[in-house]
Amino acid sequence: MPTVGREHVRASAWGLIAAALLAVLIVVGSRNLQHFDAALVGYTFATLFAAFGITYRYAIWLQRPPTRLYWRRGWQVFATTRFIRNIIELLRRVLLEFALNRFIFRRGRARGLAHWLIMWGCIIAAAITFPLVWGWIHFRTVPGEIDVYRTYVFGFPVQDFHVESFTAFVVFHGLVWASFLVIAGVMLAFRRRMIDHGAVTLQQFGEDLLPLILLFAISVTGLLLTASYTWMRGYAYDFLAILHAATVIVTLLYLPFGKFFHLFQRPAQLGVGFYKESGTRGEQQPCVRCHRPYAPALMVRDLITVERELGFSYELAATPAAHYQHVCPRCRRALYGLAQGALWRDRVATAPTARGSDT
Amino acid sequence: MAKPDHLHFFIDPSRCIGCQACVHACTECDTHRGHSMIHLEYIERVESVQTVPVVCMHCEQPTCAEVCPADAIKRSGDGVVQSASTPRCIACGNCVVACPFGVPELYDDRQIMMKCDMCYDRTSVGKKPMCATVCPSQALFFGTREQIEQLRPMSAPVNEFRFGNQTISTRVLTMVPRGVASRQPLVDVTAAMDDRPARRAVMLRVLPEAPVPSDAYDPYENVPL
Repeated sequence: MPTVGREHVRASAWGLIAAALLAVLIVVGSRNLQHFDAALVGYTFATLFAAFGITYRYAIWLQRPPTRLYWRRGWQVFATTRFIRNIIELLRRVLLEFALNRFIFRRGRARGLAHWLIMWGCIIAAAITFPLVWGWIHFRTVPGEIDVYRTYVFGFPVQDFHVESFTAFVVFHGLVWASFLVIAGVMLAFRRRMIDHGAVTLQQFGEDLLPLILLFAISVTGLLLTASYTWMRGYAYDFLAILHAATVIVTLLYLPFGKFFHLFQRPAQLGVGFYKESGTRGEQQPCVRCHRPYAPALMVRDLITVERELGFSYELAATPAAHYQHVCPRCRRALYGLAQGALWRDRVATAPTARGSDT
Repeated sequence: MAKPDHLHFFIDPSRCIGCQACVHACTECDTHRGHSMIHLEYIERVESVQTVPVVCMHCEQPTCAEVCPADAIKRSGDGVVQSASTPRCIACGNCVVACPFGVPELYDDRQIMMKCDMCYDRTSVGKKPMCATVCPSQALFFGTREQIEQLRPMSAPVNEFRFGNQTISTRVLTMVPRGVASRQPLVDVTAAMDDRPARRAVMLRVLPEAPVPSDAYDPYENVPL
């Protein structure tokens, strides 16, 4: 009978803790569920499952030897060297790389624009939906003023606004603006996936197309709800509400498994950036063959550790280099050619001395 | 779509003439358009004309994928190790330093690692990779085992490589002398650590003999022909 590995038990425990923590925050944030909207209970359970699944997968991911090491190294470098400067640099990178998607725009303008639109659409939608679902934000009419709404955050009154005001229009249609952004982004992404031969070759339905279909479905069904109550006197509203809830819940359940998980992996880019920068400032590893520096010595040492943990054995016993990692990539390519060429030179040699026959 | 099982990639670096046709053709591949993923190395430019074309060897247990902290490098069912997944790659460069053949390339500005994916847009539909299509000396060859056997009766393909204590099996095959392959079908890469490229000089002798002063410097004096 197959046994559940230790890493799965540990990851499950972290997942349960995260889900429990979210449940507690929902209860506290909605003031003992006073402000919790029972109609949204399906969404709530989907978010609890997503919290469990995302944390579970993250914990499994962190237990891989390279991930564990670089996660630790990233924090070490960030927290112990030039901390204030690191904070400023972190903010700069969050703005340029994450908020503006600079590195994705460099991969392609249309690609960058598609990602940027989808990303900001989803961020706006999540920022509106989750607090509402969890009962952290709710609106009430101000007593005695039927046309003034008051916003409550965690049960505390924050802001009043007139129901006919511009603010009300923007706030109550927040999800509409978000869906416009998402639909535009999804269209651009689909266009690339239809005409870019490289993308067409490599794309997989579950990994690349399904996320776009889900985002499109959420956005369109959400817009239909608005259309129903704005222009169609609530025609088919109940059906549309269930359909919209189904698309959102399926997406939340899909979050830990598919492409959307990169939202939670991607911040590792920031830690790795600090690690690389620190390595560049430190000692450099010279190649044992050509004697040119080719990588930070810290990175090479860490890589050797990781390779050993993974069961690789690139140790060199009979040569000046202690480890094959001390050979630079260029020399590795040259060695491949030299080794193959040597076999042709040695082909006339007797079996015991020919290089291919040494054991 | 997947690469057909009966088609294989064969490399014979000793046939490479360094023409760079593969380097340029590689940029036409749709999965990395505009970027050549093939390395054409001059082993010791000053001493030798020896060159080696290096493509991804598509290891059975890819070190690059194993050491990737983002789990971004995947091997498809047909054994092709794909470039880093764009949403996942965090551009740490581990794969670049770890690959025993020195293949992956890091593009820091775009935060992505790219490497040869055996022209997956072509091989997955049974076509040859761009480099193998244009290689005039067939140092890079894509076809069946029967075809290569017929073309190179003196050679045999091997797919095992030794790096110190580590043996790596690859999908891409390297041509070695048939006798060597039958005795021990592997290439010991690190055994070449102290090797130098064979000196070669090409004497075309296309010009008519001209009177040469007796004390003129002969650049080929010590070069074995």
